[in-house]
Amino acid sequence: MRLNTSDAEFLDMLEKRYAGFLGAGTSSEAEFDFDIDLRPPASSHSSAAADVSVTHGSDRWLLQRGDFRAEWEPELRRGNIRQSANPYSIDAVLRIVHTLVLARQGGFLLHSASAIRSGKAFLFAGVSGAGKTTISRLAPPDITLLTDEISYVRKRDEGYMAYGTPFTGELAKLGENTSAPVAALYLLAQGPENRIDPMAASDAGRELLANMLFFAADQEMVHRAFEAACDFVHRVPVHRLTFVPDARVWEMIG
Amino acid sequence: MGRKLYIARSPRIAARKLGEEMLVMSGHGSTLFTLNPTATILWQAADGATPLDEIVEHRICGEFEVQPEEALRDAEALAEDLAKHGILRISEEPIAEHTRSQQPAAAPGKPMPETR
Repeated sequence: MRLNTSDAEFLDMLEKRYAGFLGAGTSSEAEFDFDIDLRPPASSHSSAAADVSVTHGSDRWLLQRGDFRAEWEPELRRGNIRQSANPYSIDAVLRIVHTLVLARQGGFLLHSASAIRSGKAFLFAGVSGAGKTTISRLAPPDITLLTDEISYVRKRDEGYMAYGTPFTGELAKLGENTSAPVAALYLLAQGPENRIDPMAASDAGRELLANMLFFAADQEMVHRAFEAACDFVHRVPVHRLTFVPDARVWEMIG
Repeated sequence: MGRKLYIARSPRIAARKLGEEMLVMSGHGSTLFTLNPTATILWQAADGATPLDEIVEHRICGEFEVQPEEALRDAEALAEDLAKHGILRISEEPIAEHTRSQQPAAAPGKPMPETR
């Protein structure tokens, strides 16, 4: 994805925010081009807390929230974003666009921490407060952290790959820009002991769906997300991971 | 003789059996449903051509020890409930294949709540 802005200060902020995930910036390298117009969108409410709206017109997606308005034309691989010079709006737009791109490929963004151990990726999903940041913070030195907040999951061959993302949670630490095949998904719960329990496929599917990032008001995309979740739980082991907040939990992973 | 009812799966719905449970996702409102065993039978048999009383007689009465009249009453109520959620269509006429695939697009939805 290539982001174009004439504002040097905003560009500098983007470069710092997404450090480690930057390419050379050539057109041929980018799958999508976005022009950024640093003016607040004409809106009656400019709060980032406003509901996001993601709708599909004849040839483009329209992404709107109080603090941004963006259009994306998948066929032309171009888009534009109108927002003020803040990192939160661009972060939200990037996440939404990636959910749309991934849905077409059988992948998804997931509210989860993810990490690589011995060449395999492990996902730790849960709502806010479930322990994503905690388990990331407790990771021992042999762990490569991909993200503590939003995992990028893409279908590949008969399985799924997890990729690092620059989308951070409370840990405020960028993930590594690398990837590995997903070996397991753990749905987090905090409890009095560390334990791993099997999950029924239907429960796993429901919880996976509940933790997927999804914004589009579009029937086809809803069905794609559903199919992706069902396929994922069919191919990848999903467990309930109950843990106490200390580093011993990592002795059970990998 | 009572009225004949026909049921057809809505094309707005995506469905998958995971383990022993049938999950269906409605494009309308991005709502996730888990079907109970009886609803799963209705969903699987809802071809638009087989009358509901035949589905009940052959698929439900055989599976569960229940009187046909009572089973049909329950199935009609269940089918109407599923239709209310946009999962099934009900008609007093057979529902042709082409009309089953020409439904309007779903209304805008929100991230996926679960309904059971």
